[in-house]
Amino acid sequence: MLKGGVIMDVTTPEQAKIAEQAGACAVMALERIPADIRAAGGVSRMSDPAMIKGIQNAVSIPVMAKCRIGHIAEARILEAIEIDYIDESEVLSPADDVRHIDKTKFNVPFVCGARDLGEALRRIGEGATMIRTKGEPGTGDVVQAVRHMRKMQSEIRKVVSLREDELYEAAKELAAPLDLVKYVHENGKLPVVNFAAGGVATPADAALMMELGAEGVFVGSGIFKSGDPAKRAAAIVQAVTNWQDSKLLAKLSENLGPAMVGINADEIETIMEERGK
Amino acid sequence: MRVGVLAVQGAFAEMEAYWREEGADVFEIRQLADLDRDMDLLALPGGESTVQGKLLKDLGLFEPIKKLIDGGLPVFATCAGLILLAEKIDDPGRRDDTRPEKWFGVLPVAVKRNAYGRQLGSFTTRGDFDGKHDFPMTFIRAPAITGVLSPDVEELSTFEGRPTSVRWRNITAFTWHPELNATA
Repeated sequence: MLKGGVIMDVTTPEQAKIAEQAGACAVMALERIPADIRAAGGVSRMSDPAMIKGIQNAVSIPVMAKCRIGHIAEARILEAIEIDYIDESEVLSPADDVRHIDKTKFNVPFVCGARDLGEALRRIGEGATMIRTKGEPGTGDVVQAVRHMRKMQSEIRKVVSLREDELYEAAKELAAPLDLVKYVHENGKLPVVNFAAGGVATPADAALMMELGAEGVFVGSGIFKSGDPAKRAAAIVQAVTNWQDSKLLAKLSENLGPAMVGINADEIETIMEERGK
Repeated sequence: MRVGVLAVQGAFAEMEAYWREEGADVFEIRQLADLDRDMDLLALPGGESTVQGKLLKDLGLFEPIKKLIDGGLPVFATCAGLILLAEKIDDPGRRDDTRPEKWFGVLPVAVKRNAYGRQLGSFTTRGDFDGKHDFPMTFIRAPAITGVLSPDVEELSTFEGRPTSVRWRNITAFTWHPELNATA
């Protein structure tokens, strides 16, 4: 039910309310947004459940929270407080540098990041019910999200074009489950919803990601690191709905105040997208 | 039949697939100009009612669509769509522009949002629907109809003693997702 919507990172109940009023279809509750995680350094973990509950009580839309890659116990804790979605996220420090969580063992749905089709299908095979591009979080630089979405979509088109007897080799190359490769071949899309994330900071960024095939957008640091969060958030929500209407996009982009300053993705030291493959 | 599907946010793709399978000509409603087309039925899909309602207002769609519904245009609504239509929204939280007492307020029922709990409270059951038996019904973070405010409201299905789909004049509305059965 999140499709066509914008999911916003929030760190307080007040921010969550601003996001809901701006038209967010869900919020991601976390103690620090990715830009601040980057700035603070050190090990980054699941947020305090009390802080997450405060946000659950503040809004009526779904609330998501992040656990570390491979951290089964953090995921169980989030399930215990009835979080609506768990993001097994490369934004936090990985707890397991090889394996992801077996998400089929949980009732709560999971969203996971991916940089290409193989990664997306591996996560879906493990039980993820939603995929987002990894992008490079906390940078305000959309270049990695574009790269990941373009790559995923072009690999999907390639799988569609294959002969049926070529799918076995394709599954081997993608290192992905064969039944999921077959699904992509037959349907021309992932079997789950596919959002864009990482570096989206403006209505135009959001429209760009929709143009490239995203079914919705996560905005992390881009809103509450900007000059006028409420206005920017509402503008991005409208941009996702009417990404094809350039006149409206022009209007939405007017007078939003300063965007997050951001850092170029190639100037940073911690490369989060490399975490968990 | 020409079906306009509200496509500002939510499960509009599933709703479009459902009506295409029914043989309808389907088009999306994302902005005012889309309402210039001839429409035999308006479909309101699932999603987040707070988001859809706000976008309807921001995009100037709200009043024109209300006029169409008041004028008797047949409406098929699921989940968030039902919330948009209800005369009364039972929402214990605060009231503001995204959480008003009602949106269109044209269907004489009271609804409670997220009545079965959070995402973990999503489930599928089977039951009688409009004379059909053993009909699959998928509830996703679903609302519940907590009150029927007119004796003319026809109950098409029930769950745990409460109506889960209703028909009233030109409106058919569901707390569950008949459109997901087509793809499931």
